[in-house]
Amino acid sequence: MRRRAAAGPKLDLEMTEQMAIEVKQLDRVVIRFAGDSGDGMQLTGDRFTAETASFGNDLSTLPNFPAEIRAPAGTLPGVSSFQLHFADHDILTPGDAPDVLIAMNPAALKANLPDVPRGATLIVDTADFTARNLKRIGYDENPLETGALEAYHVVALNLTGMTVESVKEFGLSRKDASRAKNMYALGLVSWLFQRPIESTIAFLETKFAGKPDIRDANIAAFRAGFNFGETAEEFAVRYEVKPAQMATGTYRNISGNLALAYGLVAGAQRAGLPLVLGAYPITPASDVLHELSKLKRFDVTTIQAEDEIAGVGAALGASFAGALGVTTSSGPGISLKSETIGLGVMLELPLVVCDIQRAGPSTGMPTKTEQADLLQVMFGRNGEAPLPVLAAQSPADCFAIAVEATRIAVTYRTPVIVLSDGYLANGSEPWQIPRIEDLVTIDPNFTTEPNATADDGTPKYLPYLRDPETLARAWAIPGTAGLDHRIGGLEKEDKTGNISYDPANHDLMVRTRQAKVDGIARSIDPLVVDDPDGDAKVLVLGWGSTYGPIGAGVRRVRKVGGKVAQAHLRHLNPFPANLGEVLKSYDKVLVPEMNLGQLAMLLRAKYLVDVVSYAQVRGMPLGAAELAEVIGNLVEETAGIDDDARHLGLDAANLKHGEQLHQSEGAR
Amino acid sequence: MSTVDLGLPSLPGGLRGVPAATEPQSRKEYVSDQEVRWCPGCGDYAVLAAFQGFLPELGIKRENVAMVSGIGCSSRFPYYLSTYGMHSIHGRAPAIATGLAVARPDLSVWVVTGDGDALSIGGNHLIHTLRRNVNLKILLFNNRIYGLTKGQYSPTSEPGKVTKSTPMGSVDNPFNPVSLALGAEATFVARTVDSDRKHLTSVLTAAAEHRGTAFVEIYQNCPIFNDNAFDAFKNPDTRDDAIIPLKHGEPIRFGTDGHLGVVRDGFASLAVREVADLPNGEADLVVHDAHTDDPAYAFALSRLTDAGVLHQAPIGIFRQVDRPAYDDLVRQQVDTAKETQGTGDLQALINGSDTWTVG
Ligand SMILES: Cc1ncc(C[n+]2csc(CCOP(=O)(O)OP(=O)(O)O)c2C)c(N)n1
Ligand code: SF4
Ligand SMILES: [Mg+2]
Repeated sequence: MRRRAAAGPKLDLEMTEQMAIEVKQLDRVVIRFAGDSGDGMQLTGDRFTAETASFGNDLSTLPNFPAEIRAPAGTLPGVSSFQLHFADHDILTPGDAPDVLIAMNPAALKANLPDVPRGATLIVDTADFTARNLKRIGYDENPLETGALEAYHVVALNLTGMTVESVKEFGLSRKDASRAKNMYALGLVSWLFQRPIESTIAFLETKFAGKPDIRDANIAAFRAGFNFGETAEEFAVRYEVKPAQMATGTYRNISGNLALAYGLVAGAQRAGLPLVLGAYPITPASDVLHELSKLKRFDVTTIQAEDEIAGVGAALGASFAGALGVTTSSGPGISLKSETIGLGVMLELPLVVCDIQRAGPSTGMPTKTEQADLLQVMFGRNGEAPLPVLAAQSPADCFAIAVEATRIAVTYRTPVIVLSDGYLANGSEPWQIPRIEDLVTIDPNFTTEPNATADDGTPKYLPYLRDPETLARAWAIPGTAGLDHRIGGLEKEDKTGNISYDPANHDLMVRTRQAKVDGIARSIDPLVVDDPDGDAKVLVLGWGSTYGPIGAGVRRVRKVGGKVAQAHLRHLNPFPANLGEVLKSYDKVLVPEMNLGQLAMLLRAKYLVDVVSYAQVRGMPLGAAELAEVIGNLVEETAGIDDDARHLGLDAANLKHGEQLHQSEGAR
Repeated sequence: MSTVDLGLPSLPGGLRGVPAATEPQSRKEYVSDQEVRWCPGCGDYAVLAAFQGFLPELGIKRENVAMVSGIGCSSRFPYYLSTYGMHSIHGRAPAIATGLAVARPDLSVWVVTGDGDALSIGGNHLIHTLRRNVNLKILLFNNRIYGLTKGQYSPTSEPGKVTKSTPMGSVDNPFNPVSLALGAEATFVARTVDSDRKHLTSVLTAAAEHRGTAFVEIYQNCPIFNDNAFDAFKNPDTRDDAIIPLKHGEPIRFGTDGHLGVVRDGFASLAVREVADLPNGEADLVVHDAHTDDPAYAFALSRLTDAGVLHQAPIGIFRQVDRPAYDDLVRQQVDTAKETQGTGDLQALINGSDTWTVG
């Protein structure tokens, strides 16, 4: 045991290394902070993420919180958690199972323990482990004392007590003082994993600038936690995860919803259009409304409408006016918007509709993730009402997808659906920041002059005269002299846009709207398949937020010698032009989805390929080990290996990267 | 975006920001090439004619007029005007027009709607548009029936009304559209009649000049499915006693030889009385003040409308008060943000404050 006079926090990493207790090298760590929803676990996780990002690890995060704003304190439904996976190499998911769990109360321990593999480290705040609290969540005895946690490396500490002690000098009430316990815990794990802590101190200084004693108490608790690690005997080892090798560039950490908001603004700017958002609050989409509401200086107007129908209506009205109309929502709201989106299809005006999916049906599980709105957005409108559908594959990809949605909406004069989900919305990852001037330029190409000649020779404007290449209609906006016109939801005559009930005309217009959407495929890149040796027989094809877990599963299978190809769709309507060819060049195509097989259904219908659907709807992202097993099994099945002789899947599932934090007994 | 010709002091409040016409305009210019397809005798014709006659008088550029309608017979209106127009979906025109008005201060935006469109399926959008006070004008064609779907009762039909969907008579209690608008604290609320072109034009003009949402209920006859619903107001024998005329600054007196008048009656109520029975005669009559801030006064006036078969109702401008318009405030915030924070540097925004560089 080393004790040293705590003259002040030792923040200098080099210095602490000189003092060196043992430092163990790890290639990756999954850490989960869990506590009561009032314990500030999301903030703690965010700060640890920021420290980790600035250190240069690759990372991926997964917040998980109750739908209730403040479920009763100390109960299982009230537990909130934040998981972070960080590594010295590029990683794709927030990790299946935590190597370290920080549990701030008994409920947090109980709720999260099933996810924690034996051998992992549990750092537990003992302050709330009273008989009454334990009873409340169904523990008859204190699991810290019964030996029930023998299989884990348990570090039981009175974190709350030590926090209160460390902030004594500020004269706060015990309640206020104990609220800094999340910062104490953060300090401790920051020490354990050698995180740089300056940014957190700077953050606390700004966050509580107006409340000096709270500010000082939080900083003191944070430093005390850090120092405790260094001086206490509980920790014989510290860990080091070296910075990851990443492509040269400037990076930041970004969540999906923030990336989406920024992407929408970037898209509007590249098109030279003001952005008008019409939205109604709904989890997990509200943050996009919040973020855009802060960006008025970028010519962004946000309208919090009376309902989702009004939100999309205002957006469509703004598009008619010549702005970029945007609406953001989640499944229940998308249901309400359907009729207006159909009107947008008929009017052929740009409109970006973002569906941040959550678990359904109906109100479902608002804070949990799912990707079961695909068929809804593809087909959930009356009549033949095709529109482009895009899906982001990672939090940072929400930016690029929003720019792409704007390009398609404006160029082709059509509503475009952007699919994200709760996992992408709240999860975060490092993002190589693009240069704005490198983004695509988008030309609204407003019609400002007559585009046809009447029989009597006078010039006139035909609102449904189309560009021969894109089939986009001529778009003139109010205020343009000589081009006044009326459009509406009734079927239009080709070119003139006048009301028409002519049978042949209707057939032509239905087919033309379809052809316009189909033709977008000509403007998108072909689907790229990752098939390192080029001889895989199995293709894993996904869409949306399963990108990370599928990629991680594929890597595991390859590590144990399996051959498997991977491709991921960002364009779901139209599909990339080469998709049919890609599907037909593999013996088996596996389609993992967080729904009951919606993409699989589309692929079977369109390409007559008997894809294998792997469908899970638990409200949680798919796991890498779970997918590795499924993929490995399919690879062997395809190779004709008997059921009982198969091992690839299990080997891949059980695979561990490099050295684990603690000797694990294998994946569960 | 087209350039916006701002700051034409000659145009009144509601039209501030809309570019003025450079030449005098004629009615003909506002008539589109589309054949009008309402039933013969439909009240919508008269309103269309009045509207086409009134628009040139506004003195604004024709291309800066935008009409948005919902679904219903009356919602065909935009097709017949050579302005910009959108025939949208059932009930949603106020929401769509809100986006349009917010995005474009240089447009004069009009919503055309029916009693079913505005009060049934679109009731939510209507009240929220009114409370926000978006600078747009709502013309509610009230024929007290669903015309386009061939004659079902509507939210303004009188109780007991026998229609295809109510063979034993409607048991619904109707809305009084003016009361509803006032309950939503609309800043401009008026009622007029399809057949009185002069009155219609004067109300439309006042509505156009009002900054904020102007709500105009138009009693419109549907000769096919609800003929003579407003007969009391049109029949020369009854109309003098039926129409309670609202003229700002004048005592509310009407009827043959002015024998009727409106007086205060109990707590926040008004009533119609024989002037001859009043202790002080005309001096006891209420002098109409449309600028009364408290909507209770206008609401009391609106309650003088019969709820069942119409025999009597106030016609004119119930309320006209000033309150900042939603779209002006929204644009002001965007301007303020640009002034105080500078027009945004998008690269700096997406970079954020916490970046690191590799290589
Ligand atoms: C979503 C939807 N529901 C129902 C209809 C059918 N519909 C069209 S117009 C109308 C009622 C119109 O009544 P009103 O607004 O009073 O207009 P009017 O025809 O009397 O002018 C209905 C029910 C529709 N077009 N859309
Ligand atoms: S049904 Fe009635 S409201 Fe509709 S056009 Fe005919 S007369 Fe007019
Ligand atoms: Mg009607």
